[in-house]
Parts: sequence; structure tokens; C-alpha cells
Amino acid sequence: MAVVFERPKSLCDVPLHYCPGCTHGIVHRLVAEVMDEMGIEGNTVGVCPVGCSVMAYDYFGCDMIEAPHGRAPAVATGVKRTNPDKFVFTYQGDGDLAAIGTAETVHAATRGENIVVIFINNTIYGMTGGQMAPTTLPGQVTQTTPFGRNPELAGYPVRVCEMLSTLTGVALAQRVAVDSVPHVREAKKAIRKAFENQKEKKGFSIVEVLSTCPTNWGLTPTDALKRLRDEMIPYYPLGVYKDSVAGGND
Amino acid sequence: MNYNILLAGFGGQGVLFAGKLLAYCALISGKEISWLPSYGPEMRGGTCNCSVCISDEPIGSPLVTEPNVFVALNQPSFDKFIGKVKAGGKAFVDSTLVETKTDRTDIDCYYVPATQLETDNNLPKGANIILLGKVLEETGIFSDDTVRKALEKIVPPAKAFLIDNNLRAIGIGRAQ
Amino acid sequence: MKGNEALAEAAMRAGCKCFFGYPITPQTELAAYMAKRMQKNGGVFLQAESEIAAINMVLGAASTGVRAMTSSSSPGISLKSEGISYIAGSDLPCVIINVERGGPGLGGIQPSQADYWQATKGLGHGDFHLLVYAPASVQEMVDMVINAFDKADTYRMPAMILADGLLGQMMEPVTFPEVEPKVYDKSSWAADGHKGQREHHIINSLYLTPEALEKTVVDRFAKYDIIKEKETDAECYLTDDADIVVCAFGATARVVKSAVNEAREQGIKVGMFRPKTLWPFPVKEICKATESASKILSVEMSMGQMVDDIKLAINCSKPVEFFGRTGGVIPTPAEVLAKIKAMGGNN
Repeated sequence: MAVVFERPKSLCDVPLHYCPGCTHGIVHRLVAEVMDEMGIEGNTVGVCPVGCSVMAYDYFGCDMIEAPHGRAPAVATGVKRTNPDKFVFTYQGDGDLAAIGTAETVHAATRGENIVVIFINNTIYGMTGGQMAPTTLPGQVTQTTPFGRNPELAGYPVRVCEMLSTLTGVALAQRVAVDSVPHVREAKKAIRKAFENQKEKKGFSIVEVLSTCPTNWGLTPTDALKRLRDEMIPYYPLGVYKDSVAGGND
Repeated sequence: MNYNILLAGFGGQGVLFAGKLLAYCALISGKEISWLPSYGPEMRGGTCNCSVCISDEPIGSPLVTEPNVFVALNQPSFDKFIGKVKAGGKAFVDSTLVETKTDRTDIDCYYVPATQLETDNNLPKGANIILLGKVLEETGIFSDDTVRKALEKIVPPAKAFLIDNNLRAIGIGRAQ
Repeated sequence: MKGNEALAEAAMRAGCKCFFGYPITPQTELAAYMAKRMQKNGGVFLQAESEIAAINMVLGAASTGVRAMTSSSSPGISLKSEGISYIAGSDLPCVIINVERGGPGLGGIQPSQADYWQATKGLGHGDFHLLVYAPASVQEMVDMVINAFDKADTYRMPAMILADGLLGQMMEPVTFPEVEPKVYDKSSWAADGHKGQREHHIINSLYLTPEALEKTVVDRFAKYDIIKEKETDAECYLTDDADIVVCAFGATARVVKSAVNEAREQGIKVGMFRPKTLWPFPVKEICKATESASKILSVEMSMGQMVDDIKLAINCSKPVEFFGRTGGVIPTPAEVLAKIKAMGGNN
């Protein structure tokens, strides 16, 4: 019988712990497919964040390191600088990358570290049970914004790709989403491009993936996808914010 | 041999360099040696001092609090440390910049107008080394030959012309 | 050579392949020296955006099996403590230099030993230790850095050189031993790409099952027991017949030695005990060195931190007194001698 669909080799054969309807699984699969297609799993070191995807080290088949909260880009820098021939990627959520780890993110980017950053933006802290993230939308209700995020009190959301696109060291800053099949295909292409950039030593590549969190949003998986489409994409427009040959750094 | 030397002045007067020169002389002579700078947030112009211990025995505390050789390149340093010189010790003072004299009779104090001599002999920034010449003369601690070897070690090749200038300054100091 | 530079040179000779740092007085010469030499040696030098980033770069490099180092001074070490805890929890070897300055807070920039507690007891959250070495001369900085890399690799744990501003800034003659860096086989755990030839390696300190986490900690403490047995080191100076034994580490021991020599000249039976390893604390050694003593004095550049470990080590069997200066003030031999005399030290 012809196999038409199977687990990418770069994903381990273990059940994922993610909630039903969570889009982490899709993004994991896309990263693994890219590793398979490029044949680089054995030559890749991944760095996990703290957050829902903290245990991604059990899922990706390549060697993995679990970093302190927010520090994944610094850990990845240490790996890449001492192992310039390896592929290095981080996989980080919005709290990890854009709150506690902002300095590490911005400086790895501006140094043009030749790494790939996969950034999951679901506008909420998932693992700790649904608190405000730096990307939480104005008006969005979370545990710590029970009356909706009021920018006058809690500030405005951070648009990460727009911010990083101003930095010379950034080779690729692209925002994608995984709410529909065409968008998932687009996301895969962006991730592939990011890894190809690393292969060609072009510098820092970040792919921001708009994702869902049905559990903490209090929505069904399908309604969550609808919210992503109707509320998140207008605030966080999809597209390529920067794509250039930056001064690579390894 | 047991010298606890304290050199003090303004930053930029070459206090650390003069100390380093002594340290390298000691190193070449096979002595035990430590060199300890004071360090502060001011890179230039602030007060600056440097402890140099030279001994036949291993150095205990490298911090000189009671020097038996004291070199003062400015008034605040003179005021601060002249009372701390060990009885029987020697003090060397740039009398161009230090206007007062000590009334201590239990130490030998030498007043050398080093900054004036620096100008007279066209040796910019040479006052520290002129005074050091006097130290060498009065203590007999190192020969000019040792000083030359030490200078060759610490002066970068691109500035080799400074070696002769420094030796000239030493000579002027010795003659005072 | 300056202490800070000697540390850097020794690290490179020990096979340190990367240095990640952030400027802070009084250790900055170390980073500057690395910046000048590391690349020529085929290694990596990187000035990080913060102490936090620097220690995590060390974590990343060490994860791949490379000899990695960072250095800082007291406030910077506080920032690194998170990363150090992760490194310990992930069983990674590395070397951390602390050229201490006065605290708390921004404190001052003059020498201090007030990070003794932090280094030996509180460098980050959780149950763990790091190897802590306390050099007292520039030469010892060199020897201890080389040893620290070896011990860190042997035991797969972080090692710290606890120096201070005086040692870092001081220049003394130094000889570099001709040693080939020892090679340790890290292939059973290093995350450097499996090349399709083995299971994937995971460098991790997260265990959500309490029993699993407990086991990793208990196993690590079994290793610590071996280290306590095998890795203590101390210097005893004139302790055999001493009535008073003065304990001091690092630069303070230099001051104490001068005071002891002066006291001996005056006929006072006093000796010095100097721990070279602060963790593990040289318990057996101090018990032996103080056998003949009726009193013990701890001299530190702090308000008294090691003094607690001395009392524990001798099980409070003898009076232990303390003398110290803090905030960056260096005690003088005269002050220490006066304290010895005040304790009844006479012939």
C-alpha cells in the first residue's frame, strides 16, 4: 500500500502533551519536515524555551537543549559560535521571546547570529494558565487582564517582526499563520527559507507563527482558528518584513 | 633586600609606569615581586597610587601601607602618605608640585624639582622617571644596565625611542 | 603579569575554546585579554549584551562539549546565578571567574570577599554546589584555572575561581606550566548533532515528576560526597605548634601571613590555615591544623562568612573569633597582629 502521509523522521514517536486544538503540533511538524527535506536532523541542535513548548526536546529528533526562560537565543549563540557547521534553531513562545527574553532576542538579531528562531505568538501565556503576554491584544481578557487588556495600564502589544526588521543583522523576518491550509503551506515555505538562510550564512532569521490557544482563550479549536483569522491577523499582518542578505556572522 | 615602595600622584603622571619599571627591574634581578595599582573610576587626573614590593623572600601582603620608599608626585599624595613612611625610610618628592616640606626627622626626604627638570630638559612626561632616577641613586637598588633591560621589555617596539629618553631622565635624576 | 590577564592566558592554555563576558570593574582586563588573543588561538570571544546572556552562551557552548568560560565581578555574578543553577542542573562543565568587589547592591569597586556565602552556598536556586577555588597569588590563579577546567570536566559540574579585585589587579611574576589540555570523552552526553548515528541527546534540567527530580539531585549529591572526600586542598603555615591559628583565604591570607611572620618574630605562637578549596571546605585539614591551638581566628574581607564554616568544621570545639574589614577596605598586617595580641596571643 502506498504511504501518503507519515510522521516526519525528525519527530520522535511519542505522544505530544499539547492541548487538543493547539497549533504547536502543526509547527513542530513543519520544522521536522524541513529538517527531513534538507537532511540535516543529525547536524542540528535545537533550543527549547520555557513555556508550553518546554518539552519540545522530547519531540524533535535532533539534539536538544533546554534553556532558561528567555535565554534561548543566548544559548543558541553559544552553540552556533562554537559549532558554526551545525544548524541551530530556537523554538520560543511570546512570553519567552518578547518579554523576559527581549534583550537576548534583539541582541542575537542585531549581531546577525546565523540561527533560526521559530516564534510562536498566541497572545497569551499558556503553560502558567492564561496570563497576559506582551502580544496580548488590546481588550483581550486574560487571568491578569480580567477586564480586558487596557493599554493605558498594561501597555500596547509588541509587534516583533516589525521591530526586528529595523536591525541590520536580520536576514529574514516573516510573519505567518497556521489557521488554514494555504497559510500552513506558506509557513512551511518561510521555515524552509529560514533554514536555507542559515545554510548560506545569511544571518538571523525569524519566523513568527500566529498560533492558537483554545484552552486559555476559552474557545473550541475551530472558533480559536476563527479568532486567529478575524482578530490576530488584522493586528499582526502576515508577510515578509525583512528579507535581505545581511552580514552573516560565523 | 626588602623594599615596600609606594608611588603616588595624579593619574596621567606615569605613577603606574614608574612602578612597573621597578617591578621589571626586580623581575630581571631574580627578586620576589608584586605590583598592585589602586584603581578607580577616573582614568586620568584622579589620584592614583601603586604598591611595589621587592624582596628576597616571598611577598606577604602586596598592599603597601607603611612604605620604606615613598615617591610623591603631587601635594595630595604627599599630605596623605608622608606620615605613613616607616621610620628610617626614604621619601622622594617632586618639589615643583609639592610646596610643603615634612618636619619628620626620622626619615630621609629628598626634594627634586622633577617637573621643572622635565621642562628644562625637554623630557615631556618625564618627571616620574627623573624622580625614579633619584630613588635608584639613593637606594642603590638597581643599576642603569638593569633599567635598560627592563625598559626594553616594557616599551613597545614602535616606541623604542622612548628608551633613551627614559634613560636620560634617570641620569638627570641620579645627578640631583 | 596582571592577575586578570594571567587567568585569561591560563584558561586558553587549558584548552578553553570560548569566552563570553560583559565588562565590569575590576575584572575587565580579563575580557580585553581574551578579545586580543582568543581568535588567534582558534577560539571564540564574544561580548554579550548582559551577564545573563553571557552565562547562557556558556551553557550553549558547554552543551556541545566545548570548554567554556565566563568572568565577572560580584554584581555580575548575581545576574549569572540563574544560568549557573541551570548549568549545575544540566550537569554541564564550565569555569566561572568572580573577581569580587564590595557589596551589597552596586557596592564599590575595591576588593572584597563578601561573596563567600554566594559562591559556597547560594549561587542560584535549588540543591547544588559548584567547585570553588580561592587563589592567593597570580601564580595560583594560573594553576587553579587549569585545574578547575579538569575538575569541571571530571565531575561534569561548574567550577568557580573566587578571586578579588586585589588579585585581579596585582602584577606578579608567573610561569605557565607546559601542559597539554586533557581530553575528556563527552560523546555520551554532548548535544553536538547525532549525525544519525545515535539517539538524540537532551541537555535539560526539567523533571516534572518529583521522584525523577529527586533522583537526579540525590545522584548529584552522591557525587558531591566523593568530591568532599577527594578534592579538598589547603595550606598550613606554622600551624604545628601554634596556639592561635588564623584562617584566611585568597588575598587576605597574604596579609595574614605578614602578620603571622611579625608575630612569630615577637615570639607569639601563631600559624595560618588557608583553604584553597572553599567548596568542598577542607574539614579534615582544618581539624588537623588546629589540633594544638586553643583559639582560632578567621580574617576575611567581609563581615564574617567563612567563620561559620570553620565553626562547623571543628564542631565548635574551640572558640572561633573573627576580624574583618569590608566594603573594599583591605585589612592591614598591623590590624591583624593587634587582634592576635588581643586574643591573648603571647609567648
